[in-house]
Amino acid sequence: MPLRQDIKKVLVIGSGPIVIGQAAEFDYAGTQACRALKQEGLEVVLINSNPATIMTDKAMADRIYIEPLTLDVVKRIIKIEKPDSILSTLGGQTGLTLSMQLAEEGFLEENNVKLLGANPETIHKAEDRQAFKDTMEKIGEPCIPSKVVETIGDAVDFAKEIGYPVIVRPAFTLGGTGGGIAYNEEQLRDISKNGLRLSPITQVLIEKCISGWKEIEFEVIRDSKGNVITVCSMENLDPVGIHTGDSIVIAPAVTLTNKEYQMLRTASLNIISELKVEGGCNCQFALHPESLEYAVIEVNPRVSRSSALASKATGYPIAKVATRIAIGYSLDEIINQVTGKTYACFEPAIDYVVVKFPKWAFDKFVYAKRTLGTQMKATGEVMAIGTNFEQAMMKAVRSIELGVDTLNMKKFEKVSTEELLEKIAVADDERAFQLFELLKRDISVDKIHEITLIDEWFLEKLKNLVELERWLAEGTLDEDKYLTAKKFGYLDSTIERISGQKCPMRKRAVYKMVDTCAGEFKAETPYFYSTFDEENEAKQFIERKNTGKKKIIVFGSGPIRIGQGIEFDYCSVHCVWSLKEEGYEAVICNNNPETVSTDFDTGDRLYFDPLTKEDVESIIETEQPYGVVVQFGGQTAIKLTRHLADMGVNILGTSADSIDAAEDRERFDELLEKCGIPRPAGFTVMTTEEAVEVAEKLGYPVLLRPSYVLGGQNMIIAHSEKDVIEYMGIITRTMIENPVLIDKYMMGKEVEVDAICDGTDFLIPGIMEHIERAGVHSGDSISVYPAQTLSEKIINTIVDYTKKLAFELKVIGLVNIQYVVYNNEVYVIEVNPRSSRTVPYISKVTGIPMVDIATKIMLGSTLKEQGYESGLYKNSEYVAVKVPVFSFEKLQDVDTMLGPEMKSTGECLGIAKNFEDALLKGLVAAGYDLKKEGGVLISVRDTDKQEIIAIADKFASMGFELYGTGGTATTLNKNMIATNQVNKISDEAEPNVLSLLESGKIHYVISTSEKGRLPERDSVKMRRKSVERSICSLTAIDTARALANVLKTNRTIDDVEMVDITKI
Amino acid sequence: MSIFNQSKKAYLLLANGTVFEGRSFGAEGTVIGEVVFTTSLVGYQEALTDPSYYGQIVTQTFPLIGNYGVNDEDYESPKAFVSGYIVREWCNTPSNFRSQGNINDFLKQQNVIGIHSIDTRCLTRIIREAGVMNGMITTENVYEKKDELLKQIKEFKITDAVKNVTCQENSVYGDENYKYNVVLYDFGYKRNIRNKLVRRGCKVTVVPAGTTAEQIKALNPDGIMLSNGPGDPTENTEIIKNLNEISKLGIPIFGICLGHQLMALSQGASAQKLKYGHRGGNQPVIDKALGKTFVTTQNHGYAVVGDSIDPEVGEVSHINANDGTCEGVKYKKINAFTVQFHPEAHGGPQDTAYLFDEFIDMIKKSKEMH
Repeated sequence: MPLRQDIKKVLVIGSGPIVIGQAAEFDYAGTQACRALKQEGLEVVLINSNPATIMTDKAMADRIYIEPLTLDVVKRIIKIEKPDSILSTLGGQTGLTLSMQLAEEGFLEENNVKLLGANPETIHKAEDRQAFKDTMEKIGEPCIPSKVVETIGDAVDFAKEIGYPVIVRPAFTLGGTGGGIAYNEEQLRDISKNGLRLSPITQVLIEKCISGWKEIEFEVIRDSKGNVITVCSMENLDPVGIHTGDSIVIAPAVTLTNKEYQMLRTASLNIISELKVEGGCNCQFALHPESLEYAVIEVNPRVSRSSALASKATGYPIAKVATRIAIGYSLDEIINQVTGKTYACFEPAIDYVVVKFPKWAFDKFVYAKRTLGTQMKATGEVMAIGTNFEQAMMKAVRSIELGVDTLNMKKFEKVSTEELLEKIAVADDERAFQLFELLKRDISVDKIHEITLIDEWFLEKLKNLVELERWLAEGTLDEDKYLTAKKFGYLDSTIERISGQKCPMRKRAVYKMVDTCAGEFKAETPYFYSTFDEENEAKQFIERKNTGKKKIIVFGSGPIRIGQGIEFDYCSVHCVWSLKEEGYEAVICNNNPETVSTDFDTGDRLYFDPLTKEDVESIIETEQPYGVVVQFGGQTAIKLTRHLADMGVNILGTSADSIDAAEDRERFDELLEKCGIPRPAGFTVMTTEEAVEVAEKLGYPVLLRPSYVLGGQNMIIAHSEKDVIEYMGIITRTMIENPVLIDKYMMGKEVEVDAICDGTDFLIPGIMEHIERAGVHSGDSISVYPAQTLSEKIINTIVDYTKKLAFELKVIGLVNIQYVVYNNEVYVIEVNPRSSRTVPYISKVTGIPMVDIATKIMLGSTLKEQGYESGLYKNSEYVAVKVPVFSFEKLQDVDTMLGPEMKSTGECLGIAKNFEDALLKGLVAAGYDLKKEGGVLISVRDTDKQEIIAIADKFASMGFELYGTGGTATTLNKNMIATNQVNKISDEAEPNVLSLLESGKIHYVISTSEKGRLPERDSVKMRRKSVERSICSLTAIDTARALANVLKTNRTIDDVEMVDITKI
Repeated sequence: MSIFNQSKKAYLLLANGTVFEGRSFGAEGTVIGEVVFTTSLVGYQEALTDPSYYGQIVTQTFPLIGNYGVNDEDYESPKAFVSGYIVREWCNTPSNFRSQGNINDFLKQQNVIGIHSIDTRCLTRIIREAGVMNGMITTENVYEKKDELLKQIKEFKITDAVKNVTCQENSVYGDENYKYNVVLYDFGYKRNIRNKLVRRGCKVTVVPAGTTAEQIKALNPDGIMLSNGPGDPTENTEIIKNLNEISKLGIPIFGICLGHQLMALSQGASAQKLKYGHRGGNQPVIDKALGKTFVTTQNHGYAVVGDSIDPEVGEVSHINANDGTCEGVKYKKINAFTVQFHPEAHGGPQDTAYLFDEFIDMIKKSKEMH
């Protein structure tokens, strides 16, 4: 069937803020969906609370609402926009759940809105545990023995019946939140209690644990005619028991014979046919390693992280095809864009292997529990393509940015074999490196298999790498050896380090095309990966196309991690668009499969490869670009600058020298002095002794951080010598190549500016002010545009400083500057001559396309030519408030207290005519449940005690019941604010803080402490408990005040107008 | 064995003069054949033992071959029929609970000459652009007498393919309590065709390719299955003549691959050689009657010319969704249908197994009528 004639205007629901388990892959899917709809000439209305996405860009939809993704808001937008259809399957679980609720309530029918992509029956069958089991039973697809229970008692009874261990899976939670494996009754009681609470329908599934079986996935697609195909198979290196989002995954499946492969493929097709999914679907199976027994683990009747991976792994655009199916097309009517000859009903054949490697935030959350299980913990991932597994694995390892270029991890060299064997029994994020260390010590593949149940195939391949490294280390490094190492994915620098010899030659990579068909058809996909053969298809492609245009390479930002998220992908993609518009050929290099930038039709060419010096060098050799762009790819791209400059590559925009001047402490100090701009006093140190001495000199509190960081990695505020020693201990344990910076910590108002500079003029689209004072990382602060409380004098000073810094640093393009206003003085904290986290949202609310302007400037245009005056741009009529979103419930033992180290994974935006309404929207969007009654538990550090009084008073005046620990309660009571005194955890006497939190009386927690981090500390336990109980937990005094003020306005989201940002 | 314990150098010399240098695996020596490629990701053992590959040097586009080893169960015929085998990398540490050995030893034992460590994608692209061409795998240095070798390579032609792969005498399979008596013409049949029939309650008598209509009649079958097989269909003039007579017996006929081509030829249609054939497990085929597309396994270099079928005689029932070639014929005057692809799979998708059910239904109906 062609396009349905009854569809003219479609509402697309996005997935909201980036959280663990629901990340950039939905921006990719959503963007593809919007583009597919627009290509069909349909009107697209979009709602997504995430301002950092490409999806919410003006080019993507006709009407765009950056509004909270709540049922009421979606209803209001449907009433305003009157779409005839709603697309439910492209916005992750969030989009799907909202769509289903709208359908089930009858709201869609009442408003004549058709549900596209899924029907409630399908979703029910796939997502309701019992319905799913019944459906599978009906078609003879085996499931794991399991039972849906609603009480802990029933859970325990069923576990007795089937035997331990059992897996607890809460119904309708994202990424398996709240689930886990229980080996005994005690654990089961614990996990199911938590799981029942987190499940919106208080339901968990108790399931026989089949840990150790192979975990195999199939991505399947079906149309309304009933045509079905599989796009890709994937095999998890880590067997069942570890969330697939936390597993190393290889595509296609490699250890299955045709018999097993077809058995599971057929099962996938049977499942999708029975569920009548119209679009993409992910089927996960557990396969017994020593028989043909298998079980269906899970089915996701929508696009997912795995479908994004499958799309990038094969070149088959699942989201795009799924969208077209949703609006009426069948698979045999949709042309495969890649070949232009085949149809979408063709199953991709690949002639390479793909390795996906997760990126975890444990380098930031040093005290977090690193164990992996059924709860996903990774924030992002990289994908690597190679002609063999070893090569792909090596590429993945260096793409993940752990500071390693092989599987050797120094810290395990000193760990005893016994301890390592114990470690690998319980998977954590570093298991691959532990395995490697054990293989190096000649621990047998069989033994490791016995412990981990990881298939011998993978272990043997890792052993090949061990052997290769041994071979490199002995004897002469001849050409044969060198070339073998290259084919196995080793960098020249690595080969030289391991062999201790100079490379006998320099072999550069060649590029092969990802074409969906293993070369069977001539394809024109501009999608390449590197390997070490003779034929260079990219070179042939460039010569064949011969557009005569100048080529520019844009380096992407790699895996999504805390501190470097989807915003940089937004910037990279925009840069590419602008380059194309300006008549250049835009080439993208990146390694993140979740993103829009790695969609093969975003740029003129895509290189899916690691972003290291040598990898990049080869790309440059093949492309021979006119120039390269590094300022949009976060620190990942910025890190390449020096090397690129040394190679003689033309770096467009701000020069390598300027970047260095901003990052090198001494040079930066000189520059500030020259400009007469003050900064908090500070020093650079290398050792603990120096650190203590300097901290003493500056006076506590002081701020400590390693140089060259993004996202405040490993940054703390030290209040005492003990803090400094603890911190230096951690830092020196991990890496001390770069010095540590110590600054005087000023608890002032933080202000952030993104500016564009062309060398002659500069433009500040807007000034942002943080609600939380300095000390809370800017990425974790609630940020307000335009600044609400700054005097004209301060604003003028900030504009002046920005101008001076931009000119002095010779910025060409974007620059991000952070200031602190302390005692009416403006100090500079940090200058980043590159794009920043705030660029997407400021661009959207001011209407100034910052990346486009900056890109054009890099190409030689000026601000004036583009119609902009120098200075601060006029304020928008709207106030925009960016509220950070955290994934704390997924990261055990992480202290939720905000500090100088960034912890948020995503953000939401609230847009309204005034500040309070914008903040209200932002908070609602970020998931704050703004209850107007109940209890508030307050426990603050001494330095906050004076300030908490007024805040507590506000809560009290609104009728909240107050609770406080020791000193806090005393202070409040002394100030005539009635507060119930609560015992601390360490007081042992019940009821204490924990039992109070469990009682359900508390709706808000305000908790600050001088110390935190260590999971065993009382304050940390209290905050963790709040997270577990989904209690709104405020860990900065300023956030608490802002929230109290919002509550005080007594307005709800219903009182605030919806804003279509395309009209700004 | 270490991966760095490099084996002997081997060469692939193509008829167009291109030389690929790689390493020897499997048997050593020299072999000439028609170089083809298959895009299947799994099922190498099935492919190696598929008689349809007789005379051909098979290239696997998927780079990692031998991952799950070889076993006694996954043979599609008693032995390997490919002339030569080309892979990028073979796996010396296979892993699968059914694995009984590695592919290198298997090829040695089957006397198949192989070459690995070559750029199989580059080779595939050459074949795609130039069409199927002959080639030679050898462990001898090809540069020294290249012209002479090229002459040999160019002269090579696959002949008497069916004769070389068919059985010599009848053999019977299936349960004693069978429901249907089916004759399976062995043009180089894959075991799973037989198994599919046996599993559906058939007694299957496998007969040599040269079996005449008279001999068939004597077996009194309820249905006749025409198997897959290798080579140029037009060279089988005797068989084609035979089939014409068999088609007049009124017994339900189901043909696969070469069986499909021979049937069409026997009914006056013609066949053509495709540029580089269809080989793989991902070919989309539209079943015109159902209006649905199915993913199929294919392995053929020749195809029936759809337009050459007399509309009085039959009609094209299936077409390839990619290139529109004829993938199946439904006959009008005789009780027969045939397909170009492999509904028996092994390797490849099982999505069209329903065709065996249709065959059984046809037999049932025919039995009811008589």
